Amino acid sequence: MSAWRPTADLDTLRERARIAGSIRAFFASRDVLEVATPLLAAAPVTDPHLASLETEARIDVEPSTLYLQTSPEYHMKRLLAAGSGPIYQLARACRDDESGARHNLEFTMLEWYRPGFDHHALMDEVEALLGEILPDTTASRSTYREVFQRHAGIDPHTASVAALRDATRRLGIDVDDLGDDRDTWLHLLLATVIEPRLGVTDDGDLAIAFVHDFPASQAALAKIRHEPGRPTVAERFEVFIGGIELANGFHELTDATEQRARFESDLAQRERLGLPTVPIDERLLAALEHGLPPCAGVALGFDRLVMLATGSDHIDEVIAFPASRA
Amino acid sequence: MATYSTNQFKNGMKVMLDGDPCSMIDVEFVKPGKGQAFTRVKLRNLLSGRVLEKTFKSGESIEAADVMETQMQYLYNDGSHWHFMVPSSFEQYPADENAVGDVAQWLKEEDMCDVTLWNGNPISVTPPNFVILTVTQTDPGLRGDTSSGGSKPATLQTGAVVRVPLFINEGDVLKIDTRSGEYVSRAKE
Repeated sequence: MSAWRPTADLDTLRERARIAGSIRAFFASRDVLEVATPLLAAAPVTDPHLASLETEARIDVEPSTLYLQTSPEYHMKRLLAAGSGPIYQLARACRDDESGARHNLEFTMLEWYRPGFDHHALMDEVEALLGEILPDTTASRSTYREVFQRHAGIDPHTASVAALRDATRRLGIDVDDLGDDRDTWLHLLLATVIEPRLGVTDDGDLAIAFVHDFPASQAALAKIRHEPGRPTVAERFEVFIGGIELANGFHELTDATEQRARFESDLAQRERLGLPTVPIDERLLAALEHGLPPCAGVALGFDRLVMLATGSDHIDEVIAFPASRA
Repeated sequence: MATYSTNQFKNGMKVMLDGDPCSMIDVEFVKPGKGQAFTRVKLRNLLSGRVLEKTFKSGESIEAADVMETQMQYLYNDGSHWHFMVPSSFEQYPADENAVGDVAQWLKEEDMCDVTLWNGNPISVTPPNFVILTVTQTDPGLRGDTSSGGSKPATLQTGAVVRVPLFINEGDVLKIDTRSGEYVSRAKE
């Protein structure tokens, strides 16, 4: 096939546009404001597992090094701190080093924030939206601990590195030693063993599987909840449909001091891993110091949603021109 | 020795795994949105033919295998080895039983084959998709005998035995599909 041609067929692109229209109607009916934020930003995410593309601008802007956003999260939080109220955006995002059947260098993310919601209230809204795009799917909620116990036979909050290594071998995953970082083993088990089994009914139909209460070490930008006699968990959730990770949400961290500490911990981990150091987003921290309203937010892979709605197996089938044809 | 990093992995890539050359037959990138990325690979061991699955942490590297496929002409069998030649250079390569295996039944002198070399030694041979071979032995076909589905076995000049229609006689020249091992048609010499 000629390399100038789109990889998605035109019917799929029409369906994609129809789904985007349904999403906009959904949020309009709920008085959630559509916003647009920069793709090029002064500071990227610090997350060691996300690689930002960077570029130099010749206009008079300080700093002149700009980063293509891996998600619109920081700018949207600045809008929330400025009093925007509930907001959403269908945003373009870019992540280097990610390429495959479910990953393209640039992709479309549906991200929204709800002041006054916690992660459970936001899961309700995610369920309502998905019910419109994927009718007749049933939804269930499990904790991170429950899905690991069910599908990998281990407790992710207490299992030692040795136990995680044994579980990996027992479940047939052949991998070289990943070292002593528990989270790396948990990521491996989630991505290779557990995720393929989430969001699929016994009959093989699509279902919506919410997984919540992640280990505190995987909080990212979520609040952490301490309860006596229970593992400390992050108020974070993910959504899986048909074995695909579709969305990630947080009951958002609003504390500027804690946020700075997490950024610095990310930078320290980047240094340990030999990754490039990146500037911390001081404008986000200033917004948090000014005051981020208590809220919950979620990012949902729009291309993957279109894949599920159209029964596509590869992201190239739902985007006009993937990186290989850009 | 050259190495490949996980972000270069793709189908058909030849790499060394546990001392054996392998070819990647399926490459899957998996990554939790917040977390470590991995690349899951299905590989065919080019010596044993066995398919295995291996998971790599993103950023890991693996040694490249010095494997190449070359078009060569089959010359002759000396009882222990099958000899092939690169027509442009006249370089000859002896392939042993392990490399040739069941393919031996399709090898006719002067036919062009794809020979896979690892460190300069043949490790596998792919015959042409279609070969033209003469029938050396087959029973006369009996008209009206449908118990065998209208076919009968025939032995070909290379020793291969294929099912052929009843009208085929000894000395006929046949076109055979080597991928399925099935008779296609009669052929002109």
